[in-house]
Amino acid sequence: MTTNFVIEGLKASIEGKEILKGINLKMKGGEIHAIMGPNGTGKSTLASALMGHPKYEVTAGSVLLNDEEVLEMAVDERARSGLFLGMQYPSEISGVTNSDFLRSAINARREEGSEISLIRFIRQMEAKMKELDMNPEFLHRYLNEGFSGGEKKRNEILQMMMLDPKIVILDEIDSGLDIDALKIVANGVNAMRSEDRGFLIITHYQRLLDYVKPDFVHVMMQGRIVKSGGPELAQRLEAEGYDWVKEELGIEDETVGQA
Amino acid sequence: MTTQTILPVNTESLQATSLRNNEPNWLTELRLEALELASQLELPRLEKTRIDRWNTQSYGAYQESTVIDSLENLPVSVQGLIKDEALEGSLIVQHNSGVVYTHLSSELAKQGVIFMDLHTAASEHGDLVKSYLHKAIEKGENAITALHAALWNGGVFLYVPKNVEVTLPLQAIFLTDEEQSTFAPHILIIADTNSSVTYVDNYVSGEIEGNVVHNGSVEVFVKAGAKVRYATVHQFGNEVTDLSYRRAVVENDGVIEWIVGEMNDGNTMSDTSSILKGNGASTDAKVIAVGSGAQKLNYTTRAQHFGKNTPSQMITRAVLREQSTAIINGITKIEHGASKADGQQTEKVLMLSPKARGDANPILLIDEDDVTAGHAASVGQVNAEQVYYLMSRGISRTEAEALIIYGFLAPVVSQIPLEGLRTQLQALVERKLGR
Ligand SMILES: Nc1ncnc2c1ncn2[C@@H]1O[C@H](COP(=O)(O)OP(=O)(O)OP(=O)(O)O)[C@@H](O)[C@H]1O
Ligand SMILES: [Mg+2]
Repeated sequence: MTTNFVIEGLKASIEGKEILKGINLKMKGGEIHAIMGPNGTGKSTLASALMGHPKYEVTAGSVLLNDEEVLEMAVDERARSGLFLGMQYPSEISGVTNSDFLRSAINARREEGSEISLIRFIRQMEAKMKELDMNPEFLHRYLNEGFSGGEKKRNEILQMMMLDPKIVILDEIDSGLDIDALKIVANGVNAMRSEDRGFLIITHYQRLLDYVKPDFVHVMMQGRIVKSGGPELAQRLEAEGYDWVKEELGIEDETVGQA
Repeated sequence: MTTQTILPVNTESLQATSLRNNEPNWLTELRLEALELASQLELPRLEKTRIDRWNTQSYGAYQESTVIDSLENLPVSVQGLIKDEALEGSLIVQHNSGVVYTHLSSELAKQGVIFMDLHTAASEHGDLVKSYLHKAIEKGENAITALHAALWNGGVFLYVPKNVEVTLPLQAIFLTDEEQSTFAPHILIIADTNSSVTYVDNYVSGEIEGNVVHNGSVEVFVKAGAKVRYATVHQFGNEVTDLSYRRAVVENDGVIEWIVGEMNDGNTMSDTSSILKGNGASTDAKVIAVGSGAQKLNYTTRAQHFGKNTPSQMITRAVLREQSTAIINGITKIEHGASKADGQQTEKVLMLSPKARGDANPILLIDEDDVTAGHAASVGQVNAEQVYYLMSRGISRTEAEALIIYGFLAPVVSQIPLEGLRTQLQALVERKLGR
């Protein structure tokens, strides 16, 4: 069954301030969607609201993953039904090793009594780490603690690979990566492309999209998707910036604003 | 306001017990002096802890215990605590007022190691015991130390001769299960020059009808170049008030390492100090604690630097559930002349309920210029952002919180060098967390 992900009229606020003002987006398995947009326009908020971050209050709309209402699920249920968010700022958790954490995450998807064996888990993990050119020592490090910016991002991709999600949202996965790491991460994403997996990639730069070819590009401003197009849209944004979009749409302040 | 200490025993009966137990004269005298002091002294003043409102009276009376010849005669709960090494090696078990089982491996005996109840040691090794007993923790410090000196029973005497390195840990178990019996073990350890030893003990309670006070003292004398590792796990039920003083006096280049697991269910005052007397003496103290129910807890770790080049390292991590309250004090005192001393301490509290209360008080008292010292303290709740991150990978809230709690304790637990102890502590932490 191919994956279907439908966001309709999604509104969300934080501390009473409305940030998302009605997001509409349809995605299918096999598709790659890119979201671009100036700072402070609601991109990370969209990602957080989809994942169910407790700080964001969803005030309207619906999000269906294969006809199931995501917004009614707790964060962990969303993850288990196939949603994955590679975060812009992943948390650091002292005392919890990367491997203990990931094993718990994998076992959370399995029935009690059919937990993944340690050997199998380590083998899988080591293979994926090799693909991402990560030092195996990261298995035993505490989760993201003291990781460099780029190491954290690679660790997000590692989790994505291990958890085999249906809808992958990547929030600025390219920021903080050097050129080689960018290629490695992009290869990781490409290796995960499949007919039943959709990607929503939030980025500021065309460079990532050179490696991971998007099918659709969306521009966010003022908490809405204001423009959508194909890969050529990203190229034009890279070359010309956002002013032409604002002009075209008569937008003066593209941020979410205080109003 | 002075609160008169109500004495659990009068002079005549204390004297009679001492005589009946064939204690040497000096010890009888010492006990009587201490009882006299106890009548004049007050309870210690603890930071933000009204110990005067605790049950500090239930001492019962000295009861004779029957020596057992086989470990099978011990309660099953206690048998489970015996570490594999100790089974074949060296083990002392105290049941209520007296030691009921003593075993020292013949190999250690051959090397001159002494391991017996303190009571017997006072007769057989009178000179040694007399010159060290109550020298680290003085009887006149407060009503608790005075009562302890008057009433102590059973206990452990461990002497490691010069240059003897004991590889396997020696173990002791202290069990209270009769509210009418005084329970006040005293542990006296002397590690002679360049020796090394690891000693592990467990404090447990069985079914008790009323209340019991455990008034315990641990004195460790670390001679030049010696190394002592002292690990202790307290897991008394909520009928037991635990009053524990531990103190080490460390000479030139000596090392004292403390590992303390505070897993009681009752009110607890625990005070662990290292006096770094000699140059190059060092201490490392690790305390992990879980509070639950309505427990009131007061934990102090202390390092007092007299010698030059003396490093001290103290870490306390406490997890508090329900309405438990913990006051955690870390005191680093660097005396004038202790140049190049280095005192580091960390106290961290993780509160799992809005009703739990934790307080971390790091104190640095420094009377010398040429030193380094540092402290870090934090008191906080489980971080919601971290829970979200773990849940976003499919892990349930309960499991996510458990990972964070164990993660909070892990940096200390993982450093515990004794595997059996580590496993035991992990199990106790789980039990105390109600999982
Ligand atoms: N916790 C918060 N409290 C108050 N305002 C917030 C909070 N989180 C986000 N906002 C506001 O919401 C708006 C959108 O933020 P968001 O992080 O979604 O932007 P973004 O498009 O991801 O920006 P960037 O490109 O810089 O990552 C911003 O104005 C931001 O200040
Ligand atoms: Mg963002």
